[in-house]
Amino acid sequence: MRKRELVVIGGGPAGMAAAEAARNEGVRDILLIERDAYLGGILNQCVHTGFGLEYFKEVLTGPEYAARFIGRIEADPQIEVSLRSIVVKLTADRRVAYLKRSKLEEVQARVVILATGCRERTREMIHIPGDRPAGIFSAGLAQKLINIEGLMPGKRVVIVGSGDIGLIMARRFTLEGAEVRAVIELQDKPSGLLRNLVQCVEDFGIPTYFNHKITRVYGRHRVEKVSVARVDEALQEVAGSEFELECDTVLVSVGLIPENELLEEAEGKIAEEAHKTSIPGIYICGNSAKVYDLVDWVTRDSEDCGRAAAKYNLRG
Amino acid sequence: MLKTLTCIECPTGCTLTVELDNGRVTSVTGHKCPKGEAYARQELESPVRILTTTVRAEGLALSRIPVRTDRPIPKEKLREAMGEIRKVKVTASIVQGAVIISNLLDLNVAVVATRGAGKYP
Repeated sequence: MRKRELVVIGGGPAGMAAAEAARNEGVRDILLIERDAYLGGILNQCVHTGFGLEYFKEVLTGPEYAARFIGRIEADPQIEVSLRSIVVKLTADRRVAYLKRSKLEEVQARVVILATGCRERTREMIHIPGDRPAGIFSAGLAQKLINIEGLMPGKRVVIVGSGDIGLIMARRFTLEGAEVRAVIELQDKPSGLLRNLVQCVEDFGIPTYFNHKITRVYGRHRVEKVSVARVDEALQEVAGSEFELECDTVLVSVGLIPENELLEEAEGKIAEEAHKTSIPGIYICGNSAKVYDLVDWVTRDSEDCGRAAAKYNLRG
Repeated sequence: MLKTLTCIECPTGCTLTVELDNGRVTSVTGHKCPKGEAYARQELESPVRILTTTVRAEGLALSRIPVRTDRPIPKEKLREAMGEIRKVKVTASIVQGAVIISNLLDLNVAVVATRGAGKYP
């Protein structure tokens, strides 16, 4: 089994920043494993601006922010990038098994950095009752379908939750000619940035219903309508407040969950101390450690993580 | 007369209070940086937005190329701009920053690629 100094799992902004920082701190052999056909992670589908305001003091789109790191990493002889490679197992003694071109590869790492990002909370997790027709998407999946695949998920959309991804998609759908009927938010204020409420929802006259929730999804094969009701301070439905919205698509934007299946299978946990896990020599950064609002902060913290991993590599 | 608005220049989203006199901005308060004051004036006189979207690609490693306007355009032109951009199909390999439309709607604004793509491998 081949021995590597540092293995970074995930080639999004966190993994890239950690790999570069570790390299700058003296790690000479880095394997960066990425499951997609290119580096950049979630930034590739974030075609909107709002990235890099703090880190680069510029107004950049997701792909432009990613490119700042991708260029340097691809040119760096000390960082080997393995694309289309998915890690299937991580052990507590830092063996990493990954599938690449249908072949199982295994390496023994001195240090591992987990940068696997997060997943979206789903309709099932928040218990929206009713039928289970086609046409219900998490906001990030809809974003990928539109921006990467060039497919329109639907024409008349209701968005559940006012998280940033949902707000961004309200604008995206509208610009692509769909009708966004409403944004439904349980709390009395948006969970996403105020700027997104303005430039994604108010700009297009999309109604936002604060203190409301979806009570039921209707549809035989495809979404046909949803029912919506007002809620009180105890988040209970207010009797008689229910109304219906006809739609063919429901977007769910109700939060992100760090993805840590690999760590859990290695019987590890995220530690109290920043960037550490309960397993010595296995570090963690980016959205898989905690959910971030800005990629600039992901980069900054992941650089710290890379440096910490480099120190461990020296000590052993 | 007083008007409040949210600045959209950065994630902070400062609440700006603007004093208007006969439709002209006479004072701006509430901004934590100079961009807020400039934003308030622009927004009340002639609101502009950067447009980001994707264009079709054929024969390239990506199916869609993400693009942006290189400068903000009048907010009321967003729909028309999308119509123009929808006509484009990229068939030759391009680099990030390549100009896709050199003069969008005669506004002296370019639409550029925000991601490069080579030929389909």
